[in-house]
Amino acid sequence: MRATRPLILPGLVAGALVAILVAGSIVAVLLRAGEAPSLGSADWAAVRFTLWQAALSAVLSVGLAIPVARALARRRFPGRGALILLVGAPFILPVIVAILGLLMVFGRSGWVNEIGALVGLPQLSIYGVHGVILAHVFFNLPLATRLILQGWQAIPAERFRLAASLSMAPRDIARHIEWPMLKGVVPGAALVIFLICTSSFAVALTLGGGPRATTIELAIYQAFRFDFDIGRAALLALVQMAVTVAAGLAAFAVPVPDAMGGGLDRVVRRWDLGRPWGDALVIALAALFLLAPLLALTIRGVPTFTDLPVSVWSAAGRSIWVAAASALLCVCLGLAISVAAARTGRRRAKGVELAGMLGLAASPLVLGTGLFIVTFPFFRPDTVALPVTAVVNAVLALPFALRAILPAVARIEGDYRRLADALGFGPWAWIWRVLLPRLRRPLGFAGGLAAALSMGDLGVIALFADSETATLPLQLYRLMGAYRMDQAGGAAVLLLGLSLLAFWLCDRGGRVDADT
Amino acid sequence: MLTLEGLTIRQGTFELRADLSIPRGAHVTVIGPSGAGKSTLLSVIGGFFEATSGRILWNDLRIDDLPPGKRPVATIFQDNNLFPHMTTEQNVALGIRPSGRLRGAEPQQVRGALKSVGLDGFGDRKPGALSGGQQSRVALARAMVQDRPLLLLDEPFAALGPALRVEMLDLVTQLARDGGRTLMIVTHDPDDARRVDGQTILVADGQAAPPQPTGPLLDDPPPALRAYLGP
Repeated sequence: MRATRPLILPGLVAGALVAILVAGSIVAVLLRAGEAPSLGSADWAAVRFTLWQAALSAVLSVGLAIPVARALARRRFPGRGALILLVGAPFILPVIVAILGLLMVFGRSGWVNEIGALVGLPQLSIYGVHGVILAHVFFNLPLATRLILQGWQAIPAERFRLAASLSMAPRDIARHIEWPMLKGVVPGAALVIFLICTSSFAVALTLGGGPRATTIELAIYQAFRFDFDIGRAALLALVQMAVTVAAGLAAFAVPVPDAMGGGLDRVVRRWDLGRPWGDALVIALAALFLLAPLLALTIRGVPTFTDLPVSVWSAAGRSIWVAAASALLCVCLGLAISVAAARTGRRRAKGVELAGMLGLAASPLVLGTGLFIVTFPFFRPDTVALPVTAVVNAVLALPFALRAILPAVARIEGDYRRLADALGFGPWAWIWRVLLPRLRRPLGFAGGLAAALSMGDLGVIALFADSETATLPLQLYRLMGAYRMDQAGGAAVLLLGLSLLAFWLCDRGGRVDADT
Repeated sequence: MLTLEGLTIRQGTFELRADLSIPRGAHVTVIGPSGAGKSTLLSVIGGFFEATSGRILWNDLRIDDLPPGKRPVATIFQDNNLFPHMTTEQNVALGIRPSGRLRGAEPQQVRGALKSVGLDGFGDRKPGALSGGQQSRVALARAMVQDRPLLLLDEPFAALGPALRVEMLDLVTQLARDGGRTLMIVTHDPDDARRVDGQTILVADGQAAPPQPTGPLLDDPPPALRAYLGP
């Protein structure tokens, strides 16, 4: 069509850039992977651990989420809205912050052990396999709850009315209505969580390690940092990629519920409910499990907030820089690709869209490894640490950004393109006067997501940075390593606050006064 | 005068032919069964859909090779006539300049147009705060300031109640008459056609018939129209 080139070209360029970045990293990994003889026994142990801990974490998260989701779906109580907000939020929570919170509850001198000591229980250790799995359940229980809750909410209210009119017992309702729903939702939810846990780095770095609890991502990092064996790191990155792609393809084959969907605030009228005590207990335990670490962190961290070392503040400054750059990049890429996909022919549109989705095939450490190999001959790693962190996180957030932006752009094209054509809008008027104002919500969400992800990133930055270029999560990790737990608590509260603020600013910016 | 010269519109198995002209200043309703191609015909004149063959002329000048915004045509669609994120005034202003940045006496022109459709003082509201009928009026005000000689309406009032629809039809015909505009309104309701009281184009059986005076046509309908109108 006429005059649409300015709308298509940036998207083609953006898609090509992402493709070159991801494919270039992968090619770099492939080239160097040939140098390593083969995987050692420790590497195979890492592969096995990665797979079985991910499987176990997924099963536990989903298994525990089912009663929580059921209780949330059928009970109305004060604080329900806040709890649902909480189960939607963990992706904003930096991993390292949550780990510190978990340490303060389950660690050596944490709440659980102190209470246990009072009644004479032996000490629990959070380090090792069970610590890794505990942390994964902490992160993924909310996601699983949200996905399964959506399944429950998707059951039409009329079904329960019909069940009541047929005087079905709770057991019959479970068998005829709830069980079929769970069969549809649970495999997808479990696969998503499995996929997330296979690329776990920060949790394994802090709570795991050693021959029994090292993930592939951690092994990549160690091959780099400790052995400086780039060939082996590349080979491990290849294995990691194979795992991600295999799990990703499996997740594609199984219908995965949409985690972004709304409408979770309604409670379906039920006639089969008994006394609420069981549900109340489940909700209280889940809330305690999810909130206690954050509470412990706040109690410990806020008092030290005022005398944090300068290094923490300067690291915070770098983190803000990275988050802003990453958010901006992610929004620009997402917008350009979405507009091009909506305006160009079907086959090219698929290509551009696919390029934007490439981030799904890679993990932070895989992309980091590739970029390290590519940039190392030319730059000192610490000089590019911050830009690389911003870029990698933007590319990793891009698939989720596209899921929000693409359908919105398609809808705007369908609703208003004709009107804009009739009024003689050129491409710039279309972008500035129609597209941007109407896209504020998904763009704000995309920016907030990229900002929060890059703000909390501990994978890429750990590969590249030295002490001069540490971001806040890395600085926090170092404080934890030096057992300066009070300062670490203060830094964690700061990081948590910044992540929430970054997401809130973007997301809020998209919502205020947006007429949809 | 609008001339459709040997126009053929093909889309899959759908085909519509039109060979007719509409005199300047005429008020024409386009009527016929759903799926016959009434809206498609308007889309082709407006430039949103390309004809397979044939020419479209306005005062003997070809317009079918112009982009929609450059044709002497203002269109009001079935829905999505307004941008929800803009105020009423901003929406109307787009009819004067796509940039929306007005100069000189243009803001007064916008307010005048809003007044002429009975929306004086509604300039600051956004479409979400207006009723369906008021939204139609805003779209009409914009079509007025667009100042194009040909005004196309594609079932614009289908969602309104009967009384409001009559009111809007009267407003449209009056505004078109005042501005000397040529009017084409797609409708599926013969009462609308009678209300407009001009000429009618029957679109049926793959053919858009030349316009005929509405009253006599409806009183003594040819077989295709009789089938549509029912007993």
